[in-house]
Amino acid sequence: MKPEFKIISDLINKNSQVLDVGCGDGILMEFLIKEKKVNIRGIEISKSKVQNCIAKGLTIIEGNAEDDLKQFPNKSFDYVILSQTLQAFLNPEKVINELLRIGKQAIVTIPNFGYWKIGLHLLLKGTMPVTKTLPDEWYNTANIHLCTIKDFVNFSKTKNFKLSKSIALKSDQQSFITNFNLNIKNLSSNLGIFLIES
Amino acid sequence: MNVKENIKTITIDKPLKLDCGKTINNFPLAYETYGSLNEDKNNAILVFHALTGDQFVTGVNPVTNKDGWWSYAVGPGKSIDTEKYFVICANVIGGCMGSFGPSHQNPETKKIYGTDFPVITINDMVNAQVNLLDHFDIKKLFSVVGGSMGGMQVLQFVSNYPDKTKTAVPIACTSSHSAQNIAFNELGRQAIAADHKWQDGEYSSKNTIPDKGLAVARMAAHITYLSKKGLQEKFGRKLQERDDLKFGFDADFQIESYLRYQGSVFVDRFDANSYLYITRAMDYFDLVKQNNGNLSNAFKNTKAKFFIISFTSDWLYPTQENKDIVIALNAIGANVGFVEIKSDKGHDSFLLDVPDFLKALKNFLDKSFLEK
Repeated sequence: MKPEFKIISDLINKNSQVLDVGCGDGILMEFLIKEKKVNIRGIEISKSKVQNCIAKGLTIIEGNAEDDLKQFPNKSFDYVILSQTLQAFLNPEKVINELLRIGKQAIVTIPNFGYWKIGLHLLLKGTMPVTKTLPDEWYNTANIHLCTIKDFVNFSKTKNFKLSKSIALKSDQQSFITNFNLNIKNLSSNLGIFLIES
Repeated sequence: MNVKENIKTITIDKPLKLDCGKTINNFPLAYETYGSLNEDKNNAILVFHALTGDQFVTGVNPVTNKDGWWSYAVGPGKSIDTEKYFVICANVIGGCMGSFGPSHQNPETKKIYGTDFPVITINDMVNAQVNLLDHFDIKKLFSVVGGSMGGMQVLQFVSNYPDKTKTAVPIACTSSHSAQNIAFNELGRQAIAADHKWQDGEYSSKNTIPDKGLAVARMAAHITYLSKKGLQEKFGRKLQERDDLKFGFDADFQIESYLRYQGSVFVDRFDANSYLYITRAMDYFDLVKQNNGNLSNAFKNTKAKFFIISFTSDWLYPTQENKDIVIALNAIGANVGFVEIKSDKGHDSFLLDVPDFLKALKNFLDKSFLEK
């Protein structure tokens, strides 16, 4: 289980309605059902992962977040989760807007391209960084819109959505991101976790 | 075709008002069951059959002596596990396997109904079959499951009886028959009517059957159940028991021979007038219109958990039409799962050995059964 799942769980109220966009094998869904007794649905594009979710008894809809979120009415979920997939969308801004339309709040996690090891890799080796959170080569990666924690914070200001909570994760150590430590957290963390309201 | 022996039948004495305006009563509904009802009576699954199906879902069909139409999916240890669930399936009204249909005798005229039989709808079929719940003293089914026209009955059942099932599995179906669907059905009906032996539907009193017309109807329909790729892979341009073309109109190609065979075996087991009536029922099916243009309204009173399944190569009821049902359910926050199964076997995929489909169906049912 990814260390961010515990942090996501802490952000969520018990018995709430949740949608996990790009839910993969449903590991986070199972965890949230156990920890928070949530009523949770998943959307997943991979047929084999959809099968794995069905085998776990999870409610899952095969689909693509870029096309299939529009079917949900406004504010039909308490939380909409997007875990480490924002960077894979053609139009991340549209997806964030959709998350905030269908969810009262959204939880978005991003692999931080500002992490110092990534910068150092690029600086010293001169090739696109390959890490644990970004395991693919440049030519086969789905991650077409990588960004840093700082980019995402700036993005939220430009587009006027409110980051209610911003959490940085380094391995399994978590800390809050503030205006004062933004540059440090941008360098020292490999993942950013944001609770967003419109 | 008269009512056969060895067919279980209940007589429905409660009058049933049909959509066409007529009322029927004291009519027979033929059914079969598999597995056993548990003490809590909460393990029953009502399976709805498709256009040419019948109540003999699995095992050997005692009338045709062939395997039941859904033998891949239903049986001990299978997707619909008869060691766990009590499976009920009825022959639809309008059908020809014992339920009230056009081959029955009109008690008033003492003549076979033929085309005097009232036009029935999917709604009528479902309203007839719900009587089986009372017959078995079942308050709430565990599931309603069906593919193609069976899926339409699933949708109609949940719409009509929102509290009578815990789960619903419509497979490879639609909420409203498309122009293309109606067109193919009309082709079949016209083929039957064009056979001079059809005699305006009164063929049985003249001791004949419109076998050529019914066979052509079946051949045309059969093509719509398969995919181009599936046909190409199975038959391609392979020749039928000959080394070269014969420059005539015999079945040179295997695909021709195959279709002719499909047509010829079909006329032995199916009634031409039933084919007219059931295809008409499918054409009239429009759950969207029934709900004033908003499909979501069909499901607004149900807490049933839905699982919708489509197939990539099904061009008769394509994925998008199945997805429209998912969208309508999501619009009202219903509990709905959806999966599109990759298969080259076309619309018929739901009847065949398609492991991903069978696995998904089994997992959905078995996991949902454990839920409170």
